[in-house]
Amino acid sequence: MATFSVTRPRKSRVLTAVMALYLIYTLVPLVWLVINATKTQPALFTTSGLAFGGPFALFDNIGETFTYDNGIFLRWLGNTLLYVVAGAGGATILATAAGYGLAKYRFPGRRAVFAVVLGAVAVPGTALAVPTFLMFSELGLTNTPLAIIIPSLISPFGLYLIWVYASDAIPDELLEAARIDGAGEIRIFLTVTLRQLAPGIVTVALFTVVSTWNNYFLPLIMLSEPKWYPLTVGLNQWSAQASGAGAQPVYHLVLTGSLLTIVPLVIAFLLMQRYWQSGLSAGSVKQ
Amino acid sequence: MSRIHRRVKAAVAVTLAAALAVGCSSGSDGPAAGSQDSVDAALKAGGTITYWSWTPSAKDQVAAFEKEFPNVKVNYVNAGTNKEQYTKLQNAIKAGSGAPDVAQIEYYALPQFALTDSLANLDQYGFGAFEKDYAPSTWSSVRVNNGLYGLPQDSGPMALFYNKEVFDAHGIAVPKTWDEYVAAAKKLHTADPGKYLTSDTGDPGFATSMIWQAGGKPFTSDGRNVKVDLADAGTKKWTATWNQLVEGKLLAPIKEWSDDWFRALGDGTIASLVTGAWMPGNFKSSVPGGAGKWAVAPMPTYDGQPVTAENGGSTQSVLKQSGNPALAAAFVRWLNHGNGVKPFIASGGFPATTADLNSPAFLDQADPYFGGQKINQVLNDASKNVAKGWSYLPYQTYANSVFSDTVGKAYLGGTSLDAGLNAWQQAIVDYGNQQGFTVSAG
Repeated sequence: MATFSVTRPRKSRVLTAVMALYLIYTLVPLVWLVINATKTQPALFTTSGLAFGGPFALFDNIGETFTYDNGIFLRWLGNTLLYVVAGAGGATILATAAGYGLAKYRFPGRRAVFAVVLGAVAVPGTALAVPTFLMFSELGLTNTPLAIIIPSLISPFGLYLIWVYASDAIPDELLEAARIDGAGEIRIFLTVTLRQLAPGIVTVALFTVVSTWNNYFLPLIMLSEPKWYPLTVGLNQWSAQASGAGAQPVYHLVLTGSLLTIVPLVIAFLLMQRYWQSGLSAGSVKQ
Repeated sequence: MSRIHRRVKAAVAVTLAAALAVGCSSGSDGPAAGSQDSVDAALKAGGTITYWSWTPSAKDQVAAFEKEFPNVKVNYVNAGTNKEQYTKLQNAIKAGSGAPDVAQIEYYALPQFALTDSLANLDQYGFGAFEKDYAPSTWSSVRVNNGLYGLPQDSGPMALFYNKEVFDAHGIAVPKTWDEYVAAAKKLHTADPGKYLTSDTGDPGFATSMIWQAGGKPFTSDGRNVKVDLADAGTKKWTATWNQLVEGKLLAPIKEWSDDWFRALGDGTIASLVTGAWMPGNFKSSVPGGAGKWAVAPMPTYDGQPVTAENGGSTQSVLKQSGNPALAAAFVRWLNHGNGVKPFIASGGFPATTADLNSPAFLDQADPYFGGQKINQVLNDASKNVAKGWSYLPYQTYANSVFSDTVGKAYLGGTSLDAGLNAWQQAIVDYGNQQGFTVSAG
């Protein structure tokens, strides 16, 4: 009697309604941001938040965002890119190499490493920021880009993901065949493994890129000069100086800057989505 | 184990930006009598200093200073606004390097840095002689335990900002006493449930200023020993008034400084504000819809006699870490006792120097935003009527950071503030004792 199957799932109105509500809840802040980024500073405080109003100033706002305070926004954008490329890129490379090694080589202490990595996944980066600050302060590295890049290189979650993925995606037979053909371990890693791991690597890259791009607390603590700020801390500084005694109200720039800040992330998601989806479902079905 | 323990302790201290190494707060700054010769000599010799500030006038001031003294290079850094900058400052002090020569510090946070021996005592350069040039309330703000840790930049004597249009439409007279104010709040909200006389979602700066005006002195300290009494007569006086607004749900549930708040100030949803004299600039820049509607009156009082309190205001201090403290002191002197005051006033700041406060040009300025009212006359009167004898905690930034966890609950639930203040006091006492102070509850 069942009228549904895997290919024709049963429809649930309640579930649809709940998900629709959730969708609206998720999208409202984004819609609000897009709408309000088109307003001038005065219109921001005189018109309703969820409706367009006042002159359409999005392009003026974008122009002003890039030129305000001697174009510091561009510098912040450059800093963020540097931290993402060096930090997230490095983290992806390290996680890939380490994850593969742990999955495919047998050596003493492997279980201990497993425990440490799993434990590290559970510790939020924010909790490590202050001890890291004290350590870097003793090394004299605070207020330098290295203070952001070095801690970003560590991604226990990425390592774990590659580890699990490599266990499934790379058959031992493949490595054995390569070895019999006379390939060295490094060559195997570079020519055989990397290609097999591509979806996993992209997934890890996406995670580390997003977390480095959005990283706020670590740079907030480490950096004191705006010239090294990433976008997150810089925008917060604009927001903070927009209220209080003798404020410079640049809320319209904060909003436009926020909108510009999420654009690269959206692009990254759209580009990597394909890999990401296949990466997440890898190994879930035995063929 | 003890090493880890130390790390953890240090970590906690840094995050809270109130790590107070009390052990080193001895008054080793030498005699109070000093001379400005060394400052003049340093200025002549020139050099480079770093200055942390977030005030909008800082850039212009630095440019003007470098023009006047070409042999001095001032490295201006906006390291963050208030709390954020204090955290960085505290971190740099803790780390032993990285602090600037001169930093902007608000009055409420000054004792925290002064009492931990992080700042240079400007008495050694003879700046104590400038006392007569400043409004007494601001001078007492930079004097901490007989040391002088800055020259007052701005002040925020409180006044009543009100929407004349809304007041007139509902036949509300400008309240002179707090009883009248509460009555006006009821009248307005009853007549139009969408309107509120004022908003307050729990702001520690506002609460302490209101206690200050009511004559409360909840925080007393000599640096090491601290006494907290958030149930003294003055505090009770304030809560007896404000509880009526909190419990009667007569306060607009709109978070201060949010875009909603600015909009509410512009469209009449919030009809008045009791706040510092620095507010007009914010009205002009962020409440364009309120132009011509708002006016300024003296702050309401308990018995009709004029008395106000300071709300906000800041100074510049010379850090102990500075490699050239005399030059840094010269910069501070120029900022607040020299040509640096002009760019500050030009940017809309409310000065602390009596000569500027009392100048006819300042007093007779008719402000078009406030319908041509000469608001500086009201605000200048306010600066003369600031209640004396107030002091902040030596770790006020921490105390303020836990205000919303304690007193904030009373605001949220619409219950008596006294219980919330009691919880705040407990948090303040506990934290102070953990940090090595001897804190007693009053």
